[in-house]
Amino acid sequence: MADVFDRVKEIIVDKLDVEEAKVTMEASFKDDLEADSLDVVELVMELEDEFDMEIADEEAEKINTVGDAVNYINNLQG
Amino acid sequence: MLSGKTAIVTGGSRGIGRAICLELAAKGANVVVNYAGSEAKAQGVVEEIEKLGVKAVKFQSDVANEDQVKEMVKATIDTFGSVDILVNNAGITRDNLLMRMKESEFDQVINTNLKGVFVCTKAVTRQMMKQRSGRIINVASIVGVSGNPGQANYVAAKAGVIGLTKTTAKELATRNILVNAVAPGFISTDMTDELTDEQKEGMLSLIPLAKLGQPEDVAKVVRFLASDDANYITGQTIHIDGGMVM
Repeated sequence: MADVFDRVKEIIVDKLDVEEAKVTMEASFKDDLEADSLDVVELVMELEDEFDMEIADEEAEKINTVGDAVNYINNLQG
Repeated sequence: MLSGKTAIVTGGSRGIGRAICLELAAKGANVVVNYAGSEAKAQGVVEEIEKLGVKAVKFQSDVANEDQVKEMVKATIDTFGSVDILVNNAGITRDNLLMRMKESEFDQVINTNLKGVFVCTKAVTRQMMKQRSGRIINVASIVGVSGNPGQANYVAAKAGVIGLTKTTAKELATRNILVNAVAPGFISTDMTDELTDEQKEGMLSLIPLAKLGQPEDVAKVVRFLASDDANYITGQTIHIDGGMVM
């Protein structure tokens, strides 16, 4: 669990240029991390590459917080 | 000018597309020559490009078929390592008066000429976003600005392409992906060769420069838009029509 979170966090810090401390499970990409909708699309792309999977567009639209992304990946890998 | 860059040109085997392939290659770009049916002609373009000292491959795909287009983009990245330039040039005509136009004629033209631009653009965007650079150049048509009797389907598609160009330009600007269109007027190609002499004369009377354009006239503007000289231009439609529509 921590492993996925850490990998996701690393990507978010890199892509959105935010402080690590801000990246919590509850953090909303748009409200807390100042991502616009294109940033979120791009993050999803990076996550797909990092975790070698495809996230369908319908699923991607439901990813609003860091926790949403981590849980989605964990469920898929579990 | 474009050395080390990789370009995909749809409908690259003939007419304006062929001239664009050769022009980009002459400036150093490696080129993927997309074609729908004219394999021998596409091969001919590949061979001409190779004589210019750059690499080229041909790739058959229907531009409106997402799976085929994804394969083409993947093959491009596997072969050349990047996609720097996409020229959406593939187009067909099924001319008819509105009153006589079949639904299938309308659908076919919208599918290739408009949906094809959407599908190809979407397919290269992922790579271009990662690269933080890219150029997309859409070949629209002056009739998409002016309208033209007998071409309701074609005009609707080309006007659509101009709108799509503007929206794509706005969406992707922050990622340094520049999107522009060219709108050729009457250019001497297979498509205009089919016109009767009477139609041609009628056309010429509308063109201040009083002559048909050549495919190279379009290709050179596309090359400009693909180059670093056009770094501050996005969302525009450049008319290449001898002054016909101002």
